[in-house]
Amino acid sequence: MSDLVIQVEDLVREYDMGAEKVLALRGLTLGIRRNEYVAIMGPSGSGKSTFMNLLGCLDTPNGGAYWLNGQEVSRMSDDALARVRNREIGFVFQTFNLLPRATALHNVELPLVYAGVPAGERRRRARQALERVGLGDRMGHRPNELSGGQRQRVAIARALVNSPSLLLADEPTGNLDSTTSEEIMTVFGELHSQGQTIVVVTHEPSIAQYAERVIVLRDGRLDTDTRNTKAAA
Amino acid sequence: MPLFEAVRMALRTIVTQKLKSFFSLIGVLIGVTFLIAVVSIVQGMNVYMEDQFANQLIGLNTFTLRRAPGINTGNVTDDEWREWMRRPRISYDDADYVAERLKTPATFARFCSDRMTITYGTKQAKDIELMGTEPTYFDIKNIGLASGRIFTPQEVRVGSPVLVIGDLLAEKLFEGLDPLGKQVRIAGLPYRVIGVAAKRGTLFGLSLDKFAVMPFRAPARRYICPMNVLDELQIKTSNSTTMLVAMGETESLMRNKRHLRPGQQNNFDLQSAEGALKGWRSISKVLITALPLLVAISLVVGGIVIMNIMLMAVAERTREIGIRKALGAKRRDILAQFVVESATLATVGAAFGVGTGIGLAFLVRGLTPLPAAVAPWSIAVGVILGMTVGILAGVYPASRASRLDPIVALRAE
Repeated sequence: MSDLVIQVEDLVREYDMGAEKVLALRGLTLGIRRNEYVAIMGPSGSGKSTFMNLLGCLDTPNGGAYWLNGQEVSRMSDDALARVRNREIGFVFQTFNLLPRATALHNVELPLVYAGVPAGERRRRARQALERVGLGDRMGHRPNELSGGQRQRVAIARALVNSPSLLLADEPTGNLDSTTSEEIMTVFGELHSQGQTIVVVTHEPSIAQYAERVIVLRDGRLDTDTRNTKAAA
Repeated sequence: MPLFEAVRMALRTIVTQKLKSFFSLIGVLIGVTFLIAVVSIVQGMNVYMEDQFANQLIGLNTFTLRRAPGINTGNVTDDEWREWMRRPRISYDDADYVAERLKTPATFARFCSDRMTITYGTKQAKDIELMGTEPTYFDIKNIGLASGRIFTPQEVRVGSPVLVIGDLLAEKLFEGLDPLGKQVRIAGLPYRVIGVAAKRGTLFGLSLDKFAVMPFRAPARRYICPMNVLDELQIKTSNSTTMLVAMGETESLMRNKRHLRPGQQNNFDLQSAEGALKGWRSISKVLITALPLLVAISLVVGGIVIMNIMLMAVAERTREIGIRKALGAKRRDILAQFVVESATLATVGAAFGVGTGIGLAFLVRGLTPLPAAVAPWSIAVGVILGMTVGILAGVYPASRASRLDPIVALRAE
């Protein structure tokens, strides 16, 4: 029980679209252990984006409960959720979502700024994180001076800089060619072997292959939950 | 997030968007420019009017007894003017009467003047202010001597034809020769130059050194104060309090002398530097009261412009706001970011406004005889006003930014 980083029970999320109500999640229950590497799949409309927003504490459910690292986050206020996102979650997005006018180093520092870490300490940790993803020599570059793969590495460094309990990636290779995708997934594999809990949301089976466990959603419910034998941890 | 962090972030945004930032802060810039320039000029005028104008023309702690006001800053109606012209002039008798009976210790100078032509050989100096007075005049007006001497009370009594001349007149008539002892003519009457006054400079661009002073009983009196009348009696006391006492005394002495009944208007006028300044005071009051209105209008306009720019910035940077929120920015972090950005923008505008305001004030000083003195308080007021406008204008856009839903914001283009 204490080993579960994520525990969701009967999670319901309903969207009010004016006249009709859309049920995106219809009671989802599952748990993810520390140091698990999980892929979440499903066709469009399956509720995987909704689930990922809830997992990332960007949204709150209409029903059910969500424990992240032992804290009930499903009933938290906006500011409390911001704090949880800052401390517990590292996001990696499909479109990288780096600040275009800021250098790689400054982008990676950003979560630490909101955590109130002093400037010197911040710079040190951001450098470390960038070195960890192999970008020690690109710290002063702005996103438009970096390749897609390098941008995603900056984003990964930014996600890791706060030592989050969960690395949450949403289609991390959606904007990358296959060679670069492989590189990025290799980075994920390395992080996983270092003990990082990772959840990747994707619709590409080739990406899901890298994970040790694949969860498939359909119509807002859990469809299948299988161990991936190929991925040797 | 610490404040200086936010300010640094805001400055970085302003620097990367120079042109847009310039246009957005122009309203505040103009408002503060106005404030600084007008306050500087009014302030400068105040100093000038009090130190130079009033004291040069009338003298410190000095008042004059005249037939009618000599220095007018207000409008005079025809009726008033006609009434003044009907008044009896100040006679030698009037002056003696006041001088003998005034209890407050004071210095007196009988005085009359007119514009005359003075010649030396074939050289002519036209339009020279020729003044007939007493030695005390030099003390009252604080006129020093560059060379020679002033005339004595003896020379006044007998009406000796002697002359003390101003620096510019000496230059004009003698062109470097020593004027002392030279004979000049005023309306054909011979005069001997016995002194040259020290240079006094200019007032409103007019030279104060184009004058000649003679004893008021000297022969040319028939041109400048005919028939035993004077233009004025100048009375100087030791300080401003005794001056007021002496003015009161002089008024009642003159009413006695002229047998005015209670209720009857004075048919003479007492004028002090304070009185001459009244007109200027009312002008500067209007300027200073109108100023906040002018400044307020440009600051409100400036504030609206900044608010618009900030709303645009929030719209353009919706994605950035989403990213920041996803990374853990709380509502107040986003709120602070945009308020600080807006305040920084406006403060930078105000700072430039202070610069251009001071520049404008000095430009006015350079191009016109008007003086300008930059008031330090106006700089502080300008910068604080700018900052306040920025904060107020930033609150609404910032609160909109802070309430954005991170999911929606992250999806924005």
